[in-house]
Amino acid sequence: MSWPPARSDEVVSGALLESHSRRSVLYLAVAGVAGLLPLQGAQAEEPTLPKVSDLLARDGSEGKPIALKASDLEPGKPVLAFPFELDANKMRDGSRLNKVVLLRFDEVSLDDDETKARTAGGVLAFSAVCTHQACDVKTWLAAEKALVCFCHSSKFLPLEGARVIAGPAPRALPFLPLKLDGEVLVVAGTFSTPPGPQKA
Amino acid sequence: MRGRSKTAALAAALFSFVGPASAADYAPVTDARLQDPEPHNWLMYRGNYGGWGYSPLARITAANVSGLQLAWSYSTGQVEGHQSPPIVNNGVMFVTTPGAQVIALDAKTGSELWRYKKELPAELQQLHPTNRGVALYGDKVYVATVDCHLVALDAKTGKVVWDKAPADWKSIHYMTLAPLAAKGKIMVGSSGGETGVRGFVAAFDAETGNEVWRTWTIAAPGEPGGNTWPGESYKNGGGSIWITGTYDPATNLAFWGTGNPAPWPTEGRKGDNLYTTSTIALDVDSGKLKGYHQYTPNDAWDWDEVSAPVLIDATVNGKLSKLAVHAARDGYLWVLERTSDKINFVNAWPYVYNDVFTGIDKSTGRPSYDPSKVPGAGRAVKFCPSLWGGKDWPPEAYNPKTGLFYVPANNNLCAELPAADKPTPYKAGDLYIGYPIEGVLGSLRFKDNTKPDSIGELQAWDVTTGKLRWAHKFPTFQWAPLLTTGGNLVFAGGTNDRMFRAFDAETGNALWQTPMPSGVTGVPSSFEVDGEQYVAVLAGWGVDAQRMQDGFNSLGAKTIVPQGGVVMVYKLAKS
Repeated sequence: MSWPPARSDEVVSGALLESHSRRSVLYLAVAGVAGLLPLQGAQAEEPTLPKVSDLLARDGSEGKPIALKASDLEPGKPVLAFPFELDANKMRDGSRLNKVVLLRFDEVSLDDDETKARTAGGVLAFSAVCTHQACDVKTWLAAEKALVCFCHSSKFLPLEGARVIAGPAPRALPFLPLKLDGEVLVVAGTFSTPPGPQKA
Repeated sequence: MRGRSKTAALAAALFSFVGPASAADYAPVTDARLQDPEPHNWLMYRGNYGGWGYSPLARITAANVSGLQLAWSYSTGQVEGHQSPPIVNNGVMFVTTPGAQVIALDAKTGSELWRYKKELPAELQQLHPTNRGVALYGDKVYVATVDCHLVALDAKTGKVVWDKAPADWKSIHYMTLAPLAAKGKIMVGSSGGETGVRGFVAAFDAETGNEVWRTWTIAAPGEPGGNTWPGESYKNGGGSIWITGTYDPATNLAFWGTGNPAPWPTEGRKGDNLYTTSTIALDVDSGKLKGYHQYTPNDAWDWDEVSAPVLIDATVNGKLSKLAVHAARDGYLWVLERTSDKINFVNAWPYVYNDVFTGIDKSTGRPSYDPSKVPGAGRAVKFCPSLWGGKDWPPEAYNPKTGLFYVPANNNLCAELPAADKPTPYKAGDLYIGYPIEGVLGSLRFKDNTKPDSIGELQAWDVTTGKLRWAHKFPTFQWAPLLTTGGNLVFAGGTNDRMFRAFDAETGNALWQTPMPSGVTGVPSSFEVDGEQYVAVLAGWGVDAQRMQDGFNSLGAKTIVPQGGVVMVYKLAKS
């Protein structure tokens, strides 16, 4: 090939097209279609996002997953968790994008009807993957009632749909609706929007 | 057009459209060229192996720099911190950006020649979403990526030739540095001082990508220096490498700066913790450690000393000496002597306010610490300089014509860390710091707890005498990689007013400034094409400059610095 090339389009477009089509498969599937889809390329061990009737177990726990109850959480102390299928021996933790952060609130602080509809026993669940650069969101600032991301200090308000109130995150944390089965927390839907940062 | 055939005219038009006019073929980058770079090129991170950040070009001078104007600019399509120098080889420019991009541009016109973008894993955690540039060697361009890959690209086409993974991104190893290319090898290290990595420098064969050697920066029991770590603490001891080493071809030694030990509190890792917060000299053929100097043994302040020492030959006390000079995070300016098998202490003095050191041993340079200034378990501690130090990664510059050593310093800043958390074991993929995160994020303090009159200081030192020649002070901090030129100039950005400035290298007088689309934390470079000199830099704020701005915003009035990467290239009007 002669140097320099006359146009850069030929070299660039192939790579861009390839990467766009892979990513659109993921987001189309998340947008509403439940079921099997590849999370990322050839690396994924666990192919599914959280789905209805999944239970939740603490991140880092080993052996058979133990379903979290609302009473396992204390207000002001976020808990990281992964979903798992009832009777499964393993959590859906093959991809960090499945990580959720659970927060428990006293019923009185949940005065927003939309927020109330997503909680179970006072517990709210959000994607724990920052929408800025995918770092873990797991730190609670009690004075501001905000979750803060340690990487670049984005702050999210869980009582207001985890909207962004500070920092570079471009959008709210996706939420995961919950319901109760007796005492046990149960996933009532998939992520409201795709987890993680949305640019390449 | 009179007198020329139509064919010739068409060919001329096509030729000038295709450009660059000066290079029909990409000029392979050889060891000889890297050891003695042409003045019209900028072939590596700091312009030369000594790390000078110096361009000999002198068409742009202190007398005419006020006439600089924009030659061309080019949007990168990315936000976050743009830190890489525009690297130029005979009219072909290479820049890197956040999002693991390499863009090849015609250095004269700014037209894009090719673009490479690595697809990054969707779940990749990016603590430092940036890149500090390519390395050139032979007919290839090398880039280290934030998902810990080292990729070799064909310089003419941008196509991938080989792609290696020196470490695992899932355990939060990552790379932001420009690789070092020398003697057929491409050398890199990994970031991760806050995620409990065991640091290393690794060398890969430039042609094949095969790993040739790997040297750990953290000594294990039984290795030299291994008795400075108790038990198994060395396994996640930190000592990350995230800035390009400098290189002395005469001794074949590469000088690398190492990062902080992990975790931050020292209680679980009593000992000097070799070879963290040090300069280490590695033989480029074998990777063998041939000497070191540790600036802050058993560091407790997150004072990474990754910025590689600048290699200068100068007369000290009447003797011509081979020096290695480093403006450290710890706030001291260190003058060391480099030999073929040792790094010796020569002199050190504070260049910013430091209240941790009570003194420096006159022969070894070992600092003594005020115990009340050592943070850790049990109590909050305030200390100066701050976590980001007197100077963070932004490189100093050396001008052989003025003989001065330029330092982009930040003074009058301190940090307060709360009492350390109860120790928790290392967990792959998680932070391994040891302090409550809110405490780290909100740690910035002013000296004397009142806003100082000045913070940023562009300093010019005579390192042979220890005297400060001049200092240009700013009311705000500066996060400014430096360029100095044979035209008696120093170029620096780094302030939150988005300005890029030129100073008289002898006197420090401010001669020219221009506002950029975003704040400038990029490494500036200079090059020449067709007899015209250009000064080039990436605008694009983010990463730790923004973290520092967040710290300032919490202490008083807020400043908003927009993000958005642009390649900015300046020249004089044609006379």
